[in-house]
Amino acid sequence: MTATAPPRRAPEAGPGSGKSAAGRRLRPRVIERIRQGGLPYLLLLPAVLAELLIHIVPMFFGILISFKNLTLFYIHHWNTAPWAGFDNYKAAVKIHQPIGEALLHSFWVTLSYTLLSVAFSWLLGCAAAILLQDKFRGRGLIRTLFLVPYALPAYAALITWTFMFQQDTGLVNHVLHDQLHVTSSKSFWLIGDNSFWAMVIVSVWKSWPFAFLALMAGLQNIPRELYEAAAMDGAGVWQQIRKITMPSLRPVNQVIVLVLFLWTFNDFNTPFVMFGQNPPHQADLISIHIYQSSFINWNFGSGSAMSVLLLLFLLVVTAIYLLVTSRGRSENDV
Amino acid sequence: MRSSSTSSRLVAATALVAALGLTLAACGGGSDDDNSGSKSTGGKTADANSLSGQTITYWASNQGTSIDADKATLTTELDKFTASTGIKVKLEVIGWADLLNRILAAATSGQGPDVLNIGNTWSASLQATGALMPWDDAAFGTIGGKDRFAAAAIASAGAAGQDPAAVPLYSMAYGLYYNKKMFADAGIATPPTTWAELVADGKKLTTGGHYGLAVEGANGAENIHHIFVLAKQRGASWFDDKGGPTFTGPQQVAAVKQYVDFIASDKIAAKGNAEYVQNQTITDFATGKAAMMMWQSAAPAIASHGMKPDDYGVVPVPTQTAGATGDAAVTSMVAGINIAIFKDTKHKDAAEAFVKFMTSTDEQKALNGKYGSIPPVTEAQSDPAFQTPDLKVLAGVLAKSAAPLPQVANESQFENLVGPAVKSLFADAAAGKPVTDDSVKAALTKAQQQMPAS
Repeated sequence: MTATAPPRRAPEAGPGSGKSAAGRRLRPRVIERIRQGGLPYLLLLPAVLAELLIHIVPMFFGILISFKNLTLFYIHHWNTAPWAGFDNYKAAVKIHQPIGEALLHSFWVTLSYTLLSVAFSWLLGCAAAILLQDKFRGRGLIRTLFLVPYALPAYAALITWTFMFQQDTGLVNHVLHDQLHVTSSKSFWLIGDNSFWAMVIVSVWKSWPFAFLALMAGLQNIPRELYEAAAMDGAGVWQQIRKITMPSLRPVNQVIVLVLFLWTFNDFNTPFVMFGQNPPHQADLISIHIYQSSFINWNFGSGSAMSVLLLLFLLVVTAIYLLVTSRGRSENDV
Repeated sequence: MRSSSTSSRLVAATALVAALGLTLAACGGGSDDDNSGSKSTGGKTADANSLSGQTITYWASNQGTSIDADKATLTTELDKFTASTGIKVKLEVIGWADLLNRILAAATSGQGPDVLNIGNTWSASLQATGALMPWDDAAFGTIGGKDRFAAAAIASAGAAGQDPAAVPLYSMAYGLYYNKKMFADAGIATPPTTWAELVADGKKLTTGGHYGLAVEGANGAENIHHIFVLAKQRGASWFDDKGGPTFTGPQQVAAVKQYVDFIASDKIAAKGNAEYVQNQTITDFATGKAAMMMWQSAAPAIASHGMKPDDYGVVPVPTQTAGATGDAAVTSMVAGINIAIFKDTKHKDAAEAFVKFMTSTDEQKALNGKYGSIPPVTEAQSDPAFQTPDLKVLAGVLAKSAAPLPQVANESQFENLVGPAVKSLFADAAAGKPVTDDSVKAALTKAQQQMPAS
């Protein structure tokens, strides 16, 4: 009560006491209101403005362009491009027409790439985090080494992989063919069917340290007493992982899987550095596909429509994922 | 509590996904052009005094061994221009991978350089955007007239029937480079003049880990350049008179198949060539791994690998039959770089003065001499620097048997769709999968179906 007393007393001075007096009364009131409820919004304002300028406004124009027939003929005065209505969307979803068929192929390639990459990244990260949970000599060094892919500049790492995958002179074929004699001939990794697997390998290599890092942090929060009690009750390592580690890591895993899924589904760097702007058919990720439509074929309307469709798909997937995972967690909490 | 938690998480996820999706929806970027402090003549005819003190921005394409090397080369020349006119030039050398996107962003925003380099195969496509200043007779008059330039080079500067969108700056043409010692060792007295001879020679030369020919199978632009010539030699083009695609004709199919067959059935090129994309062809040729290659103005690159000019020869690319004439005699596309003026420039007169300088005979000798290209200004071609055996052959090709790629607005889409289709066929050949007329036609049909309406 004492805290709110001064602003309540201020109006009692009554009207007619002059502008300067009103100003003097108003200023503390505004400051107090800001202090009571507005301060968080004030602090958020720069971020909101930045979000508007950097994301929302360009996204608005991106959506606008998706309804226009914006090709190279109109790029100099893009706002004069003729209205296309839903034509760009229709072309994108007509899966028996060339544009739709190519987009659908690209979608399946991307989905396969994403699921495999996320699955292997999570498995590797999880295994490494659990193995490095207990203290032993050299653990810090190994942890640091595991994080190297995450710390390296993406372009440098990817171009190095490209060199390693070269058919004639690459390290991969040198090891597989020349040293281990696993393959009968030197395989192609940057063209043809193997290009997809080359891309998955590189993606897993650069993604799993993130899973490792997040899971390692999650493991630190699990009380050691739980393991000690379980061990005393006769639970083995595998049972401890199933009954203690995994349930405790559930919130962390939800974030890891969602973030890795979104990152990998939108991955542009990996195919672009490995294959250039025209990747093999087998490695035609949707991000490159949209880039080609927009910036190589100069059909920005079509590219924007595809982007919006991709955005909607990711929104739906994310919503379903969060609903399912949060429901499961709530039930567990009960 | 649960619904509140879920909804807040959905909002957060929406924001996250929106941010990620936006990277695709709003890719682009803008020009970082900075003309502050420069003056505009407002389009009026300006004398030297009024131009002096202006600053123009020039986007140069990467021509030499590196961007830094190009900066050094060009800065020396641009200093001469500034000394003679008082016009300062703000230079930016841009790699080929970025140049087109930078130009597109500039075209969209209107905030571009005053003068820029473009690949000559982009001329008609960029012309269609309306972002480049048309070079009518009056504009050409300011740089000495259209007649100073090789006709083939002018033909690759814009769509037929329209004023060119740019001015030729560096010209190049394809020739067949052959290794003299490898030919002699194989008992081959003269380089091939027909494709049948090339394949026969290639088979003799393919032995002991060495191959008769090297091709850049995964390089879409290279693929386009070669299949253009092979189709032209059959009397076919890739676009009809109205600019519509004609990818699936029997001659076009035969042209692509002939090219892919160097790996698929002739086996005179190594399977590994199917993934070559970054000039590995030159490396193979210069290191003796391949006895022949079809390349444009390759002398500087070959020399950088230690191969001496006397060790190789250059002749025109073969034709289908000996002594071919007309289209059947076409052995090269007109390769090269053009210089253009951005239509939105506020320094039109200074920009024209700069183009005049860059296309002056002296500068043509200096710049083309440094880059190993052929001056499109015919007067400069007589300079002793361009009388080396290889450049004489390439200049002859440019003058007599080179044809510009189709100067249609959709040319860049042609490169983007058909180039990768050929790359994919090379991949099939390398993997041992059959490459037939049907599979070639299917690939070209798919490419054609994705071509936007012109």
